[in-house]
Amino acid sequence: MNPIIDNFVNPHILRAAWPDVFAGFLVTVQVALLIGVLGILAGLGLAIVRCTEIRALNILLAVYIGIFRTLPQLVVIIFLYFGLPYAGISLSPFATTVIALAAVLSAFAAEIFWAAIVALPHGQWEAARALGLRQHQILRLVILPQAVRLATPLLTNRTIAITKGTALGTAVALPEALGSAQSMTSILANPSPLTLAAALYLALFLPLVVLSRMIERHATSAQV
Amino acid sequence: MDLFLANFFDVPGLMRVYPYLLQGLLMTMQLALVALPLSLLTGLLVAVAYSFGSPLMRRVLIVLIDFLRAFPVLVLLIWIYYSLPFLGLTLGAFTAVVVAVVLNNTGYFGEIFRSGIESIPRGQYDAAAALGLRPLKTMVLIILPQALRNVFPPLASNALELVKTTSIASLVALPELIRTARIAQEQTYNPTPLVAVAVLFLVMLGPFSIGIAMLERRILLQQTRTRK
Repeated sequence: MNPIIDNFVNPHILRAAWPDVFAGFLVTVQVALLIGVLGILAGLGLAIVRCTEIRALNILLAVYIGIFRTLPQLVVIIFLYFGLPYAGISLSPFATTVIALAAVLSAFAAEIFWAAIVALPHGQWEAARALGLRQHQILRLVILPQAVRLATPLLTNRTIAITKGTALGTAVALPEALGSAQSMTSILANPSPLTLAAALYLALFLPLVVLSRMIERHATSAQV
Repeated sequence: MDLFLANFFDVPGLMRVYPYLLQGLLMTMQLALVALPLSLLTGLLVAVAYSFGSPLMRRVLIVLIDFLRAFPVLVLLIWIYYSLPFLGLTLGAFTAVVVAVVLNNTGYFGEIFRSGIESIPRGQYDAAAALGLRPLKTMVLIILPQALRNVFPPLASNALELVKTTSIASLVALPELIRTARIAQEQTYNPTPLVAVAVLFLVMLGPFSIGIAMLERRILLQQTRTRK
């Protein structure tokens, strides 16, 4: 058989590896979804908290955002998994990956939402206040809808980039698609399972990348 | 609390293992210094090829860019590192990491440069042609300098992400910062080396990430101010 077909898309190997790699892929999807949802919601929450202008809280937030925007994702994962047990906190690989990457995404999302809120003209706040709206109403009805729209292109790109990090869970033995494919590759002595994992990852993220391109185009054309 | 300090801030232990971390730091810097310029170059080439390309060529390049952007870089690395040897092509860990990071970032930088070039109005090309400049000269002298300025913030942001990404090298046993911290941890029996590496990253990259946040804020501000 052709060595490329034999090694990369060997049908026998692919069939043998499919159940494990696909089970791994389902873990990947769950983790990626959790990271995206938790990260964005937490980011939005943090940005809203920042609007309260309580000084000590804002300093804490700035430190949190600075740290998680700066550290490589893998450092956060490794630290949670191999460092925290010394503080008496042991997390499963699943929880580690979700918490670490959701924390990273929440920091980026908080910064983006906050930047969007600050970027809105001050007249928006004043006009809403003149209409007699309360602070939380202004935020909910006037500021956030505009800020979220402004933040969407940046946020989609960042969310995709960070949820792709799900594969990093393999560093702490998370049984996601890549990790399962790696163990099947050593068991079956053939790297076709890796090709399978790569194809599954592409199937998950390619539509998202295309979607982000559409969102970006829509945003730029709406501007002019 | 004492136990916590002894575990996470074990200074004597750190003094014993810091040569490892220094080695790791050097490796991380080497990876970044090789992969960053290469990725900028390949990204720029893709973008320039796009702007000179026929409609078909453009479509192919967009598909290529999106493929490269959709691939998690670690999946790419593991695939390159563990499956190419079956074809008799064995890459060293360093080369494999550089290839994976460069491929991935060719997509990111390619898209950034492309949108930068696209942001330059048609009139600039016409004016350059009227001055008798050839297409390539127009690109290098007129279009690219303006395009680069327009996309500087995403460019800087992606460069920072690239440096952070080099940490995946630890997963193919290359002794960069994370890997060496894990090795050091086996000698100190506590997570102090991990803390040290996190602090190192914060000190090295923190200023850049703050600067980039400020640049991004300014872009959003410009968007709301110019919109009518």
